[in-house]
Amino acid sequence: MFGELWESFTDALEGLGSVVHFLFRLIVNSPRVLLRFNLISQQIFNSGALSLIIIVLSGLFVGMVLGLQGFQLLQRFGSEEALGTAATIGLVKELGPVVTALLFAGRAGTALASELGLMRATDQLSAMEMMAVDPIQRVVVPRFLGGVIAMPLLAAIFSVIGIYGAQLVGVQIMGVDSGSFWSQMRSAVSLTDVTEGIAKSFAFGVACSLIAVYQGYYATPTAEGVGRATTSTVVTSAVVILFLDYLITAAFL
Amino acid sequence: MRKSRTLNLGTGSFVLLGFAALFFLTTQTTSRGLSIFGPARYEVTAKFDNIGDLKVGAPVSMSGVEVGRVAKIDFDSNEYKAVVLLRLNQRFNKIPTDSDASIYTQGLLGGKFIGLTAGGADTYLKDKGQIDFTQSAFVLENLIGQVLANFTKSKADSLSPADATPRATEKTK
Amino acid sequence: MFAGLDIQIPRGKVTAVMGPSGTGKTTLLRLITGQVLADGGEIKVAGQDMQALSRAELYVLRRRMGMLFQNGALLTDFSVFENVAFPLREHTDLTERLIRQLVLTKLQAVGLRGAAELMPAELSGGMSRRVALARAIVMDPELLIYDEPFVGLDPISLGVILRLIRRLNDTLGITSIVVSHDVQEISTVADQVFLLSGGKVVAGGTPQELKTNPTEIVKQFIGGLADGPVPFHFPAADYFGELMSRSEDL
Repeated sequence: MFGELWESFTDALEGLGSVVHFLFRLIVNSPRVLLRFNLISQQIFNSGALSLIIIVLSGLFVGMVLGLQGFQLLQRFGSEEALGTAATIGLVKELGPVVTALLFAGRAGTALASELGLMRATDQLSAMEMMAVDPIQRVVVPRFLGGVIAMPLLAAIFSVIGIYGAQLVGVQIMGVDSGSFWSQMRSAVSLTDVTEGIAKSFAFGVACSLIAVYQGYYATPTAEGVGRATTSTVVTSAVVILFLDYLITAAFL
Repeated sequence: MRKSRTLNLGTGSFVLLGFAALFFLTTQTTSRGLSIFGPARYEVTAKFDNIGDLKVGAPVSMSGVEVGRVAKIDFDSNEYKAVVLLRLNQRFNKIPTDSDASIYTQGLLGGKFIGLTAGGADTYLKDKGQIDFTQSAFVLENLIGQVLANFTKSKADSLSPADATPRATEKTK
Repeated sequence: MFAGLDIQIPRGKVTAVMGPSGTGKTTLLRLITGQVLADGGEIKVAGQDMQALSRAELYVLRRRMGMLFQNGALLTDFSVFENVAFPLREHTDLTERLIRQLVLTKLQAVGLRGAAELMPAELSGGMSRRVALARAIVMDPELLIYDEPFVGLDPISLGVILRLIRRLNDTLGITSIVVSHDVQEISTVADQVFLLSGGKVVAGGTPQELKTNPTEIVKQFIGGLADGPVPFHFPAADYFGELMSRSEDL
């Protein structure tokens, strides 16, 4: 039994090393790819613009729930006016980056993994190699950078929509004073909080995009292989996101 | 190629939206906004015996108007005093050099802030200046200690006349 | 996988590489194209040692080669035209007009000029492979490699591909390596045939020579015999013994 445990441990270590090595390869190839920005631009559209609907909807509902729950909780202490502060800090520091990242992994991450996995399974990547076109530069790095750029933007949009959702519930429906909502928020929320949120969403962007393109690129070239790559993407991304969340929160304290 | 036109439009709109959201978050939700692009500031120091729980970032106000923030809190091990660095908005540059800085409490049990009261000098505070007149924070425990001390002292006073009289009559015998 | 493989592929001719399944024909191709590194030995293409090349040098060499994959391997997001134009766009600075002319010429050569605007998903197997062939020759390579080009094709499409292989070699003098196990078909176009088995070359020569080769394995392969050096039965325990033991367990 111990032998199996040890084997899975060394397998995991090997996998981690492989992923890090892949990340370096992507970074090294990035400058060249940035010169062909239209490739990246297309991927920003695929990962970002196409995820907008789910991000906006989720942001709205999460914000509204925050407004409701926050209002009920603060009411017990007679501090309803602090709803703006509570909602904004909750969204900007935690919910915005984390929920967006999880949704991103589910929508954009799986799309990236399955696209690359399919290319692997139908020999398109090998064909490119044979045509002396580096598939890493042509296909993988644009997708990676597209995800990295799209994530912080999506998280910001999520937070903003969320704040408005909280405001909708708190001010319009529950009767919190609009002036207090915004002024208390402005005095209590600091730039450090917002920076923490941006740093998180950037880190999540790198992690999710890396995991997605890695799983797709190294997928077993069969139909089941592609399927496994997509599920692995979501699962691994979720765990890494939550782990990084703790690390970054602690680092900012 | 027509496809790429709508594509670029879509990407551009998305990126614009994203940056607008980022801009909103950094400027509309925080009070300091983008301090890198903010108004010019100058810094003065003030030394206190006790700053209580004054924190970095606490407001500095004059007549109730916020004129700056606490930028740094340090300790002077020669004079055994707290050294507070105040970062003031350049707009308020007519603060007399003999003004005093006191530490007040927001509301009843809120955080501490620094209040400046104008002096009468003709010269004004400039960058790297120092405020000489300071008043330390109000510490609740000291007040309670004082009240108790006064209370026991007045109790002792109210008992002494009765004790003193027999001794006086003895002396006159 | 290979043990002492020694093959010389002549320039300007069509060479067929045949063998039973699993003898590593595809691996041989990967070695030639530099996709895989050998554990020992030497692989030389156009006088250059494949093992010693850096990635950049490998890419330069690959521009002189074209490869036709088993399933075509067309890029699914691009149209037929864009697929054929892909190498030109990536490697050259040609104007749109020139690219268009080149692409249409190559498509004409494979008979699919009219399908230029279709997407790969709309093509049949045979058509995909023809488009892939057009793409493989668009940079005028000196070497063309065909990886099992006849798999799953109907007789007509098969005939089309055969004709194209021969024509390209005749008109453009491109060295062609065809990996296949369609003995009858390939014999009609190949100048030279190598038969691989067990990691070695067991026979080499013209198609005619192979038909008359007395070696057992060659006879089995060429004749399509069910049993011979490549056994019918997968290695198993004694038949009678296994039947008996099963009834004992009951």
